[in-house]
Amino acid sequence: MKVSITINGTVQSHDVEPRTLLVHYIREHAHLTGTNIGCDTSSCGACTVHLDGEAVKSCTILAAQADGGSVTTIEGLSKNGEMHPMQKAFMENHGLQCGYCTPGMVMAAIGLLNENPKPTDEEVRLGLEGNLCRCTGYHNIVKSVLAAAKK
Amino acid sequence: MSITQERTTNVIGQRMLRREDPALLTGEAKFVNDLVIPGALHLAVLRSPYAHARIKSIDVSDAASMPGVVAVYTGKDLHSTWAAPMPCAWPVTPDMKNPAHYPLAVDKACYVGDGVAAVLATSEAASRDALDAIDVVYEPLAAVIDLEDALTDRTIIHESIGTNKSYTWNLKVESAEGAVDKAFKTAAFTVSERYVQQRLIPMAMEPRAVAAVPQPFGGDVTLYSATQVPHILKVMTAITLGIPEHQMRVVAPSVGGGFGSKLDVYAEELLCVALARKHGAPVRWVEERSENTQATIHGRGQIQNIELAADKDGKLTAVRVRLIGDMGAYLQLVTPGVPLLGAFLYGGVYDLPQAYDFSCTSVFTTMTPTDAYRGAGRPEATYAIEVAMDALARTMGIDPYELRKRNYIKKEQFYDAAGNPVGYTAFHGLNYDSGDHLAAAEKAMQHADYTGLRKKQKTQNVPGARKRLGIGMTSYFEMCGLAPSRVLASLNYGAGGWESATVRVLPTSKVQVVTGTSPHGQGHETSWAMIAAEKLGVAPEDVDVLHSDTAIAPLGLDTYGSRSLAVGGVAIAGACDKVIDKARLIAAHQLECAAEDLEFAKGVFSVKGSPDKAVPIAAIAFAAFTAHNLPDGVEPNLEAQYTHDPKNFSWPFGTHICVVEVDTETGKVDVLKYVAVDDCGNQINPLIVEGQVHGGVVQGMAQALYEEAVYDQDGNLKTSNLAEYLVPAACDVPPITTDFTVTPSTTNQLGVKGIGEAGTIGAASAVMNAVIDALSGLGITSLDMPASPNNVWKALQSVQGGKQ
Repeated sequence: MKVSITINGTVQSHDVEPRTLLVHYIREHAHLTGTNIGCDTSSCGACTVHLDGEAVKSCTILAAQADGGSVTTIEGLSKNGEMHPMQKAFMENHGLQCGYCTPGMVMAAIGLLNENPKPTDEEVRLGLEGNLCRCTGYHNIVKSVLAAAKK
Repeated sequence: MSITQERTTNVIGQRMLRREDPALLTGEAKFVNDLVIPGALHLAVLRSPYAHARIKSIDVSDAASMPGVVAVYTGKDLHSTWAAPMPCAWPVTPDMKNPAHYPLAVDKACYVGDGVAAVLATSEAASRDALDAIDVVYEPLAAVIDLEDALTDRTIIHESIGTNKSYTWNLKVESAEGAVDKAFKTAAFTVSERYVQQRLIPMAMEPRAVAAVPQPFGGDVTLYSATQVPHILKVMTAITLGIPEHQMRVVAPSVGGGFGSKLDVYAEELLCVALARKHGAPVRWVEERSENTQATIHGRGQIQNIELAADKDGKLTAVRVRLIGDMGAYLQLVTPGVPLLGAFLYGGVYDLPQAYDFSCTSVFTTMTPTDAYRGAGRPEATYAIEVAMDALARTMGIDPYELRKRNYIKKEQFYDAAGNPVGYTAFHGLNYDSGDHLAAAEKAMQHADYTGLRKKQKTQNVPGARKRLGIGMTSYFEMCGLAPSRVLASLNYGAGGWESATVRVLPTSKVQVVTGTSPHGQGHETSWAMIAAEKLGVAPEDVDVLHSDTAIAPLGLDTYGSRSLAVGGVAIAGACDKVIDKARLIAAHQLECAAEDLEFAKGVFSVKGSPDKAVPIAAIAFAAFTAHNLPDGVEPNLEAQYTHDPKNFSWPFGTHICVVEVDTETGKVDVLKYVAVDDCGNQINPLIVEGQVHGGVVQGMAQALYEEAVYDQDGNLKTSNLAEYLVPAACDVPPITTDFTVTPSTTNQLGVKGIGEAGTIGAASAVMNAVIDALSGLGITSLDMPASPNNVWKALQSVQGGKQ
């Protein structure tokens, strides 16, 4: 079936199997590999992207469900060669180590601040509940998000 | 061209932001599964649904005729492909039993997840779809999931070895024969404890992924793998497949965490290479998470019996340990060595006399093979001695910190009578390079307000209190920086413990560092550039770090065991020294002075006493490149390779304190505070050091409170995905207070130790000591990990029938 999705501002149309998940559409058809896959139970959040402005786990949605929608992936965040303030905050606060959960974590964190621009430490921790990281112990991720919220 | 910027401050010790980050933060970084490989076939592996079953027949005909399917192979089909079974590099004893282990099982499946057939197809979906069409007839056999039951040999897993026991390894050190028995007989206090180190699933966020790209007419193969050990993998793949080693190249691109689980040689790596050669086409495979929980190694899995003997003051007089190690179904790369890595640490950070009796018996079970998982043997050992120390303190009725203070190796014991730093030679003969345990502990106590907490505990933990406060501490040693090659030889390890570095100053004075370490989140590119910048007096921005590709960095022993800095980083410093030595000869030639008359600082050679007679290393690099005017006998170019074989392990240490509140109605444990005071010697980049501690602590805390690979009686893994296996999220863990003391290592020029595993080594015991401390007033003095609400609640029920 034909699915058209605007990804990072560019309309993409591809013929895909109906069972294609949004994450596979992004990785295999749009060839944007920054969005990672970390599980098969929608538990880890590594594949988090923004669909029509909201953070979603792109493994929980069929590409067909996003037909006509607008998706932002990690590749679409930087503007004019400058990283997004959240990306910068992660770098400045050592909010990543291996970097595999990072694209999803950054997208989820931006989604969190969109809903709650001035969260507390606890609100950040609860807000990122759906995104797992195995390296950082979350300490510097929380610090990064709080720092981005101050900007 | 000149150096980008003049250096005015030291580079080492700065909180430099990581150069790795922009690529990882923008999606530019390429993990194995991101690589575009035209024409690649996709591998999928059919896995046994039985823990233990004879394979009666396999019918692949339906699968083979499915659209997109190129070929289907069984273990029998591929048996002649393997030149050798899968490797185990650590035959710990001469009589260790190591059953042959092949990438696909031939006659028998020995755990749920054991590969029995392989599909090659033109797409990933087609390869996985075809798995369902393979018809395997199994004859199910009894599962073996209990370690003590396994030792009875009631059900033999590997008939070829006739027993489930792999080996028994002993380390008995006595000042005189019978010293241990005598110490126990005459002890004022003894404790005898049994702990279970539950199986853990390492769960690196990036599942494994492999791609093998053959060059059909040249014979070369490039293997891309999400591995921690490209160099070891290259050698082992060559041996296992009978490929000339010089035709194998292994590349580890961005790797999404490892924690030991990617320190291995896996069936899928060998299958991809073998099938890529067979078909003359690239073959790739990516692991699903629910596959990862079964097909990638597990960690821990030990039953520990530990006894302590102490005199009337609580001073330890002997330690006896009996261990049973769960090897799982087969021995992987270093599986049997894991308990040995802990064997030297059951005496903890204490001044133990030569009265130590350690014995480990390791046993096969019908579960996923175990192997090194962050800390590998050392968290287990630290857990046993530190939880047992709390038990001893309770037996004596004294404060656990007071007991530790009476036993710490004292700072002055690391020095000889003349005040020279000679290290502390421990009861087992290994030398602890440096330490000041009391200083680290005191600092942790201050951060935690230990005295205040104990007061608060008295008022809070009254009869009937719903929430009870618990305070736990751990003082640990991390034996790391693996390892002096001669010591590894004495432990029968199949390789050395050195690390290689090449430092090359390019004609334009930019620097390339080539390292044999293979990072997967540790920030080596940043830290290694800092070391070279410091040594050569150039800006870190002018240093590039090359790694993780055996064609670019042919020599190396990779990254595990907190070895990268203490061995690999020190190798870089050594290579820089050789570069400086060579540059000095050229500088002396140019300045027409003796090499001994030159001093080197901040990137400039100058004549002692005549600082205006000077030449920067940048100019030397260009002169070495043009080679127009070099002193006789000096080769062109400014490059040196250095291999560092450490003289000693490095021994980081520290004290962690955990404060918990336990809800006696629900059994839920809340961590209120976690303080980690670590000492890893000199720090290259404190930002990265802190990050390592945070992550390590949470992994240890996860063992204490959340994680467990649970098998049912039939050997089915009940926690086979991330919905069932509880990796903590941000809301499950507290902020962590980190601080440090700095006691430089005396055995390497940088004074560095290691920090990658320290957090994990300290945390599980600190958390469990806190939980038990909260509950001991109710009569609960032992509790198995994880201290989940269910386990805590059951323990509360058992002592009081639910009533307080």
